[in-house]
Amino acid sequence: MSAEIGHFALIVAAVLALGQSVFPMAGAARRHGALMSLGGTLATGQFVFVSIAFGALTWAFVTSDFSVANVVQNSHSAKPLLYRITGVWGNHEGSMVLWCLILALFGACVAWFGDNVAPGLRARVIAVQGMIGLAFLAFILLTSNPFDRVNPMPADGRGLNPILQDPGLAFHPPLLYLGYVGFSVTFAFAIAALLEGRVDAAWGRWVRPWALAAWSFLTLGIALGSWWAYYELGWGGFWFWDPVENASFMPWLVGTALLHSAIVAEKRDALKSWSILLAILTFSLSLLGTFLVRSGVLTSVHTFATDPERGLFILAILAVTIGGALALYAWRAPALKGGGLFRPISREGALIVNNLLMTVAALTVLFGTLYPLIVDALGLGKISVGPPYFNATFVPLMAPLILAMGIAPFLPWKRADLAGALDRLKLLVAVTVGAAAIVVFLEERHSFAAALGIGLAVWAIGASVLELAGRVRLFRAPFGESLRRAAAMPRSAWGMTLAHAAAGVVVTGITASSVWQTEIVRVMKPGDRAEVAGYTVAFAGVQEVRVGNYLARRGRFTVSESGVALATLSPEKRVYLPQRTPTTEAAIRTTWFSDLYIVLGDPHGEGGHAVRLYHNPLVPWIWIGAVLMFLGGMVSLTDRRHRVGAPRRSVRPVQARPAEA
Amino acid sequence: MRGAAALILLALFVAVAAPSPPASAIGPGEALEDAKLEDRARVIGRQLRCLVCQNQSIDDSDAPLARDLRRLVRKRLTAGDDDRQVIAYIHARYGDFVLLRPPVDERTWLLWFGPALALLAALAFLFRRLRRPRTAVTAEALSPEEAARADVLLGDRGDEP
Repeated sequence: MSAEIGHFALIVAAVLALGQSVFPMAGAARRHGALMSLGGTLATGQFVFVSIAFGALTWAFVTSDFSVANVVQNSHSAKPLLYRITGVWGNHEGSMVLWCLILALFGACVAWFGDNVAPGLRARVIAVQGMIGLAFLAFILLTSNPFDRVNPMPADGRGLNPILQDPGLAFHPPLLYLGYVGFSVTFAFAIAALLEGRVDAAWGRWVRPWALAAWSFLTLGIALGSWWAYYELGWGGFWFWDPVENASFMPWLVGTALLHSAIVAEKRDALKSWSILLAILTFSLSLLGTFLVRSGVLTSVHTFATDPERGLFILAILAVTIGGALALYAWRAPALKGGGLFRPISREGALIVNNLLMTVAALTVLFGTLYPLIVDALGLGKISVGPPYFNATFVPLMAPLILAMGIAPFLPWKRADLAGALDRLKLLVAVTVGAAAIVVFLEERHSFAAALGIGLAVWAIGASVLELAGRVRLFRAPFGESLRRAAAMPRSAWGMTLAHAAAGVVVTGITASSVWQTEIVRVMKPGDRAEVAGYTVAFAGVQEVRVGNYLARRGRFTVSESGVALATLSPEKRVYLPQRTPTTEAAIRTTWFSDLYIVLGDPHGEGGHAVRLYHNPLVPWIWIGAVLMFLGGMVSLTDRRHRVGAPRRSVRPVQARPAEA
Repeated sequence: MRGAAALILLALFVAVAAPSPPASAIGPGEALEDAKLEDRARVIGRQLRCLVCQNQSIDDSDAPLARDLRRLVRKRLTAGDDDRQVIAYIHARYGDFVLLRPPVDERTWLLWFGPALALLAALAFLFRRLRRPRTAVTAEALSPEEAARADVLLGDRGDEP
């Protein structure tokens, strides 16, 4: 029964989404209050019914209801409960239901927490959310029904792809979708503003919290994916410029630009038209990412749907959404009035540098990701675009970006004095150059890259610390005064400082682990020892174990430092039943400053095993930095002025304004 | 704007020396004794695609073909080839697809120079826009009614980064 309830709930949700796209839009056009507020009710209804569908699907997975085709194909009764639940989105159909659930959630959130948004604009935002919801619900119902039954019912399922049976990857999609889909709200705000023909500073203010929330989750989602790749793929890398990674990275880059341009839109009433374009592009790239992953255009380690019919459907959604949005932009944007004036050297100017470099970086990633497909489609042969291309084009854009990021908070709005700002930073400039020089002096092999990376990291972290110290007048005012100032600092200022410093932490991690990794590859027999970066690793042997739904060869390694035993590490080679898929589980001992990383390879010679030992200095900082960025976003979000719905309501209802385009 | 030119110069400079993780799937006994030669083999290995894998370099892959190519690279290096010759040797046998750094030719001009051109175009546009005194555009003052409404909608607008 539950499958039919789920299917029915999806249909109801689609009908509600249709109403949600039509009524509030008509209400906004005619300034009809009741029609406009109907949008909020329908958005809540859509969320309730998609939740019911999602719940029904989850129930089918948890109870191993093998009369449902999707459960048969992607689950197995011997699977632990956690992976029976996460298996719901570990497949194409279920992941699309999750997509719709999060989309409906965001639509409902606009209705619940959008009290401070002008009613006309809010109604249109909710309507645009309804349209996107309708498109994706139709996609599920017409091409990817997760509730299809099978007859006769098989005795057991085929099991979830073992690679997905992992805590990191289990929670990677929901976080990523919170980010991807969160940008649907900023997109809806952009479309609604274009329809109204009016963008003012308030628009920037309303958009910022949504952009911030989506960006924070996307950051966390990408970091989780990268962490998973690090510990699961078994050779200590953390970013591979894989097309699917790129698909999530492009919206992040443009979303970061949007986050910054919306500040200018709010504070200075400038860059409004550009912010709208960025909002459209960010969500377009989210959709493109969904298309690339779901259509099977790209084959990648974690693509699980390859079906041309579905690809065509998503391509149609993509064409209508992106094409329609850009056409609307081309038509209405020229009528938008420009705002505050500023000189090139100013905080606005620095934020434009951010925007420019972030968008060009996204363009680079887009080119690199799509180029092989285009060259192939045009019959010009097969080419590969891999990490060497991305490193050569992407890194050079990030270096000036980080330089600008350090100095921007020291520049006032409108018109700034670059020499004066640099004068305040002269100590940091000296420290940065000094740090880079020390690295050049100590390091022989990749000295330039190492010096640049460490220099940029010192710069980013140092500038954040100095900025904070300046704000609270540390050592210039009595300490109590500084504390009082710190407590009174807006949360958004704390958030910015934290996130900017976090960028420096990430750069430190990437640089150190890339340049100073130690690698030892050898055949080890039980009793053999190896020395890695001051640790002694002794191999005790291998045993065969059976755990739950897999068989494993488990190695035992004892780690000691100067004769003191520190840890026992057990890397595994697993074979998952029933598919007989092999996976490699690295064993990692982290000190937060470095990782000792052990991979057990295949048997080699008599009683020996191939073993890989890595010492990865500062690699945890990549993810610590990403988590700090997320926290920065969250701290910012709690700012009184950002808190969705928190500002005082207007005493009298604000009248929707006629379009002025 | 001179600052921007310096940054671009710096950027081009960095492009030559971008780091990438040295980790690899290389097996026991594969590495060369000569550390310098092995270093070069790693740099080359990261630029060659494992043809039977999904987006992996020959250094990243456990596949037998990747191992054979790693051995081939080391054999050519030991024979005295320079890096360029080794890559050309493998390129000649396996085609463009094996190169993770796509060759610069008429097909890939847009790929290699597109982003830089976009950046320059945007800079030129901004330069003109910000240079020109915008006397034509004057900020319109809000009417008292609009100002009151803005205050209601925005709460207070204090100093914020």
